[in-house]
Amino acid sequence: MNLLAIIRIAYRALARNKMRAALTMLGVIIGVAAVIAMVSIGQGASASVQAQISNMGTNLLFVSAGAQNVGGVRSGTGDNGTNTLTEDDLMAIRREVPSVSMISPMVNSRSQLVVGNQNWNTSIQGVSEQLPDIRKWTVASGEFFTESDVRSATRVIVLGQTVVDNLFNGMDPVGQSVRVMDLPFRVVGVLGRKGQDPQGRDQDDIAFAPYTTVQKKLLGTTRIQVAYVSAVSADATYTAQVQVTDLLRQRHKLSGNQPDDFTVRNMSDIAEAANETNSIMTWLLGSIAGVSLLVGGIGIMNIMLVSVTERTREIGIRLAIGARSSAVKKQFLIESIVLSLTGGTIGILLGIAASLAIPMMLGWPTLVSTTAIVGSVIFSAAVGIFFGYYPARKAAALDPIEALRYE
Amino acid sequence: MAVVERQFQTPSAEAWHRQNLIRPVEAKPVIELDHIHKSYTMGDVEVHALRGVSLTIREGEFVAIMGASGSGKSTTMNIIGCLDRPTRGNYILDGEDVSELSKDERADIRSQKVGFVFQGFNLLSRTSAIENVELPMLYANIDSHERQKRAQEALAAVGLLGREQSHPNQLSGGQQQRVAIARALVNRPALILADEPTGNLDSRTSIEVMEIFQRLNREQGITLVLVTHEPDIAEYAQRVVVFKDGRIKKDYRIEKQRDAAEELRNLPPVDADDEDE
Repeated sequence: MNLLAIIRIAYRALARNKMRAALTMLGVIIGVAAVIAMVSIGQGASASVQAQISNMGTNLLFVSAGAQNVGGVRSGTGDNGTNTLTEDDLMAIRREVPSVSMISPMVNSRSQLVVGNQNWNTSIQGVSEQLPDIRKWTVASGEFFTESDVRSATRVIVLGQTVVDNLFNGMDPVGQSVRVMDLPFRVVGVLGRKGQDPQGRDQDDIAFAPYTTVQKKLLGTTRIQVAYVSAVSADATYTAQVQVTDLLRQRHKLSGNQPDDFTVRNMSDIAEAANETNSIMTWLLGSIAGVSLLVGGIGIMNIMLVSVTERTREIGIRLAIGARSSAVKKQFLIESIVLSLTGGTIGILLGIAASLAIPMMLGWPTLVSTTAIVGSVIFSAAVGIFFGYYPARKAAALDPIEALRYE
Repeated sequence: MAVVERQFQTPSAEAWHRQNLIRPVEAKPVIELDHIHKSYTMGDVEVHALRGVSLTIREGEFVAIMGASGSGKSTTMNIIGCLDRPTRGNYILDGEDVSELSKDERADIRSQKVGFVFQGFNLLSRTSAIENVELPMLYANIDSHERQKRAQEALAAVGLLGREQSHPNQLSGGQQQRVAIARALVNRPALILADEPTGNLDSRTSIEVMEIFQRLNREQGITLVLVTHEPDIAEYAQRVVVFKDGRIKKDYRIEKQRDAAEELRNLPPVDADDEDE
């Protein structure tokens, strides 16, 4: 009895009851589609975080004032908070650490921007002229401010797209004046659009001014909380992190066992944390969907068992006219494999369709994963074999005389 | 019908040989049952279904097996058809000892040497007549071209040309039984076993089915064993074996075999809507 003939017999048997075959497959279809859609949502989130991070530059370091934990007491960030990172520290890093190529402090303030009768509340960040290179941020029109603007604390400002959209009504803002806390600032440039960050915040709702200007004119302080430091290359990031740490410890006169009074973090730490969260989410979603695939498999077994009982007479006929019990067993096994694989294939198509539809309907990024597709095919074939074996064995074990007498 | 008859007016050389030279006296035996015993345990009780049955049926014979229910005729039938094994005794089918064969070996014997016709027709539902007839050949590994050819021939032999694509629920009882006969014929078995083949049919259709059996027996020399409890149906056979209490009670030749073809000619014609032929 060759396999091809048995496959044909199994197909004919399934074709005799199309409705039931379709309903049986439904469980596997939904299961496989769910696995693929869920995994692609997880992978999409992961990929978008990766893209954001590589967009920011993998050679980026964050230096912030204060340790995250000093002697068990968390340092505050209020007015009386740490003052451990100074402009001189940054100048020293720029001068003395060879693996650092660029540096920019980040002095945060939030204020109302006013143009004519329009106003908009946004974050005004005091940075150095190197920020566009560090953050890989393009300037769409005009240009970024210069080193001399920083040195002389000029009142110049570079606006993000969202700010422009809300204040200028389609006018070209370059050369215009914007009032911040009643001080006029000259708009020198507009940044290119960045879109949302992985947390869904609008990255274009921002304005940049020289950090000296923000410190003196807007905040009246000399403190620096955070600075971006860019290593010469991605490979040099770790060296830069070590060298910056050593230099700051030396400048802050910290001896051997005293803890750091500052923090240096790199992007790959942050990326790792983000990835870990995403992969937990992916696994969670994938396994919930996997459970539905398992339930689909049990559905197949259930129908196959019903089918064996219902078709007892048919099995009797087949055995009587010369089918070996192994041929009957193979027939039922192949029927369940055909059901689960056909269901799996339809499920894959549906899953891919869902993965393409989700970004359009919900705005979530998705990435169809080949692993998930291959995995679902293997899993659905395994479901067919595993859940089809018992009913098939039951069919093959029937006695032809009894089976023919079955009503 | 004309087409079918023409086919049978030119039987194969082998069949002609069987019909004219060897039959009926000392043809080679197809079935040799030698002191067959069969017992079952039902719960705690041991039931002796057969208590020493010896029977020889030769090639080309048409034998009716009769007996009340519980007489052992069905058990004998199952053993002859290799659906079951004797507890004791030897069974030689077509020259081969089949009393000790395994399940799979018996399946192969059924595939090659036995054709079954049942009371309830036992066709696969939602499956066309021709596919039903092809089924035994699928299990005998016969290629698709040959399968189609033989299935067509077998359907023609039972007068169902043109009904190949009909499903069982579109056929009358008599037609379904004829599909079943075609299915039994198709692997060219040494023997056809018919278990109450007319049990579900009215008397006219019964005669029609018996006419087919007689024709296959006379023209193709096919050995036929028919189980029935109707004495008038048994009279279409050449020989009757009567079972009682697990033993053969009587074994005799029919003096005047009924001729189904002739009886059909003498019956009044059927109404057009009785059976669509």
